[in-house]
Amino acid sequence: MPQLLLELFSEEIPARMQAGAARDLERMAREHLAAAGFLPEALKTFAGPRRLTLVVEGLPIAQADRKEELKGPRVGAPPQALEGFLRKAGLTQDQLVERDGVWMAFIEKTGRPTTQIVAEMVEAIIRGFPWPKSMTWGASKLRWVRPLKRILCVFDREVVPFAIEGIEAGDVTEGHRFMRVGYGWGGQPFKARDFDEYAKGLLDHFVVLDVEERKSRILEGCKTLCFARNLELVEDLGLLEEVAGLAEWPTPVLGDMDPAFLDLPGEVIRTSMRTHQKYFAVRDPATGGLAPHFITIANVQSADGGKVIAEGNAKVLSSRLSDARFFWDEDVKVGFEPWLDKLNGVTFHAKLGTMAERVERIVALATWIAPQVGADVEKAREAARLAKGDLASQMVGEFPELQGLMGGYYAREFGLDADIAGAIRDHYKPQGPSDAVPAAPLSVAVALADKLDTLAGFFVIDEKPTGSKDPYALRRAALGVIRTILDGGHRLPLLFAGGSALLGFVRLFKSGMLNVSLRPDAPLPEDEDSRAARAVVYDLLAFFADRLKVTLKDQGKRHDLVDAVFALGDDDLVRIVARVEALDGFLKTDDGKNLLAGYKRASNILKAEEKKGWKAQGGREILPDASAPEVQLHDALRMIEKPLADALAAEDFTAAMRELAGLRGPVDAFLDGVFVNSDVPAERDSRLKTLAAVRDAMGQVADFSLIGG
Amino acid sequence: MPAAKTQEKPKSFQDLILTLHDYWSAQGCVILQPHDVEVGAGTLHPATVLRALGPKPWNAAYVQPSRRPGDGRYGENPNRLQHYYQYQVILKPNPPNMQDLYLGSLEAIGLDLRTHDIRFVEDDWENPTVGAWGLGWEVWCDGMEVSQYTYFQQVGGLDVSPVAGELTYGLERLAMYVFGVDNVYDLPFNDPDAPLGHLTYGDVFLENERQQSEANFHGYDVAVLKRQFEDMEQQVPLMLARSYQGKSLVLPAYDMVLKASHLFNLMNARGAIAVAERASYIGRIRDLCKLCASAWVEQQDAA
Repeated sequence: MPQLLLELFSEEIPARMQAGAARDLERMAREHLAAAGFLPEALKTFAGPRRLTLVVEGLPIAQADRKEELKGPRVGAPPQALEGFLRKAGLTQDQLVERDGVWMAFIEKTGRPTTQIVAEMVEAIIRGFPWPKSMTWGASKLRWVRPLKRILCVFDREVVPFAIEGIEAGDVTEGHRFMRVGYGWGGQPFKARDFDEYAKGLLDHFVVLDVEERKSRILEGCKTLCFARNLELVEDLGLLEEVAGLAEWPTPVLGDMDPAFLDLPGEVIRTSMRTHQKYFAVRDPATGGLAPHFITIANVQSADGGKVIAEGNAKVLSSRLSDARFFWDEDVKVGFEPWLDKLNGVTFHAKLGTMAERVERIVALATWIAPQVGADVEKAREAARLAKGDLASQMVGEFPELQGLMGGYYAREFGLDADIAGAIRDHYKPQGPSDAVPAAPLSVAVALADKLDTLAGFFVIDEKPTGSKDPYALRRAALGVIRTILDGGHRLPLLFAGGSALLGFVRLFKSGMLNVSLRPDAPLPEDEDSRAARAVVYDLLAFFADRLKVTLKDQGKRHDLVDAVFALGDDDLVRIVARVEALDGFLKTDDGKNLLAGYKRASNILKAEEKKGWKAQGGREILPDASAPEVQLHDALRMIEKPLADALAAEDFTAAMRELAGLRGPVDAFLDGVFVNSDVPAERDSRLKTLAAVRDAMGQVADFSLIGG
Repeated sequence: MPAAKTQEKPKSFQDLILTLHDYWSAQGCVILQPHDVEVGAGTLHPATVLRALGPKPWNAAYVQPSRRPGDGRYGENPNRLQHYYQYQVILKPNPPNMQDLYLGSLEAIGLDLRTHDIRFVEDDWENPTVGAWGLGWEVWCDGMEVSQYTYFQQVGGLDVSPVAGELTYGLERLAMYVFGVDNVYDLPFNDPDAPLGHLTYGDVFLENERQQSEANFHGYDVAVLKRQFEDMEQQVPLMLARSYQGKSLVLPAYDMVLKASHLFNLMNARGAIAVAERASYIGRIRDLCKLCASAWVEQQDAA
């Protein structure tokens, strides 16, 4: 069956937009073809530096003829209704047929030629293409990502005739911008009437169409160069993706770097190579450190084997690294105190004050957190005070992604304690799910302070994440807090943490007082500020609960277990997770499953009776004539009372579950053998109290009512 | 595709400029001389900012000395200058073969396009102080940015229609590359075999870099700069309110915007502008620039 080939040839498309463009082209083509009633056998798109390509296999020459049945008004309906229907259908009354008392129209539509549909489709795609940014050029009214130069559109080996804003579709495209067959330079046009001719023509004219092939050529080329010089490539998938969008004929070239620059921090060299020059770094396999070379991905295979290109790039890298060295030299002349002073002039967020104010809050928070994570308070204050200083340094001004890291380097350069330097360096960690969490107590204190301030601040000004929008990366911050606390086993009550973080904003907003005791049981003055503050902290806690659920779900834990544990009002993450894990283990046992079922039955009975007004009053007494199952459960409850309390006090939740397991048999026997709603009020009351005691005992471990069966 | 011209490679910095002049002159550009007010970039020359606006065709090329007070390095950095030259080409409407014309100019100054790696790397240009933006690229030659290539979409907050294409060549950097020189001060300013004597870039400009750097970082009196800035700011609307032969004095008013912009750069280099103030200063200059741009467009449309 016939094939459609479309190429939209333009000036250079930004690398970062190419993958999305290929997806959009595919989606739009599918939608258009489906709407025209086509079901092609295959559809594929490609994107590269200068072209978007679509190939569709197995399209018919024309749409199938279609019969449409239109239902009109019923016979005898007002004449206006009938007239309206005729107008809409473009028919006269004698063409209508009566069926079951309704006027019907049977319209036969001849299928349109595919070329017509393709022409309309291409025009609609071009005019409606969702480029992240588009432009106009010359006097044209067309919008494209960069000027659109050619449209190649062939169907069944014939040009599809159409033109858009003066660009006529044809069967001609052109090859590489510089490389060509024969002498000279410059793109050579060639004809292609189907995909095979097209793909071959491109290769003959030095264009690799498929981004995956460009990527594998780059990787292979890099590895070959490395092997020949006994080097190791520092792999970088993001960079690979980018450079694959910058060259139609990607050609790795190895260049040399002045080894004198190797005394700069490795991160500075790598960042300079990557962000400014889009070079791959290489390692010396013997030392594991950076080697004084780089690999650039050229777009041309030059006549001299890349010598000129390597030399030119080496020169550029040298001047970049000279700049970096200049920044380093200037920065170490300045130092933290003047930088901190500069932070007074840096706005963190219009509603959350300056960076200097943020530093003050982080210091206060770190002071509070330090003792709870085993860090020295004075050192934590100092590390927190200095942590943001490097934002005012020249190096971080040039390479924002080196924030923290440079602060750490400079702190060491200035002779500060290694753990303070480490805390400055690591306080942004973890920067994503795959980044390590800080481990040193001092780093933990500052890292938590930094994130809690961010979270509390944006919650205060109601900039919470919604749906897929999280512009301040608050989810990442909360997850960072969770991971840091859990990994280190730190005991940090989150409600207090949230409240303490909030305190930092009180002065900023010059609002009234804020009570740090934000726990539900703490007395709180009944004023607006306190209520608002309490609401924010509870919001924050719920946000943490959600994030924790996601984390535990990733580990295969059921989210209802997290709910069941959170319902106890605990805010100690370590304890919460220990409970969830014990609960998870327990519910996988036979005892656990049965006890949960028993709990549900007991709790249903209690709920029904409580609705009717029953309430447990006075102590739980066993009646002298109680049945054996009653006595048994009564005793079992008494027996586990102390060991359960001890296990909970020791936070040994597995042991606590084991104690509960002892209730399983007696609970089953009770529920099966005892009629709770006895006509004798004293019996009914005693039995309900026994069930309530079961519910209470289990309720100390988790809210079992929130657990799904 | 422009055929490879059998032209001799330029011998000096000034030869490179003359070669570009010849090349763009042959394409039909008017060759202008620099604007005589201090500017931070060749774009700010009224031949670009103002002429990009309005319906009339306009093709021009010129060299513009550009001042970046904060980039001063006392002549000690081989790559950074507080005063340097930009070569500016503005083509309105941009011709369809503008990329090829540009590549032809690189070939004209001696870059062999078969051995070098020329790349068009996304760079969306914007100049907030004149409310201008466009889409285009940095052009890289062997990893070095040698030009900025932009299709202007807006200037002074107004749509540029037809679209003007702008090329900016960093002349010193380009020359260092063409002549294989590692230190800008070693560039041959004129022909090394010149009968009247040979001068390097350093002979011409090193002392200027030293003195100006010191002035930029320590010499200028911040209070004076601030006052002058405010004077200029106040003068712009007054100048625009004045007219001659029915046209408001937009050209002199625009010069004052440029002066204000340069004064801002000087204050910035002196470290006298807090980060929080920066945006507001830039906004003030942009507002003045928008006033000029609107007045200019009115005159163009009326003409």
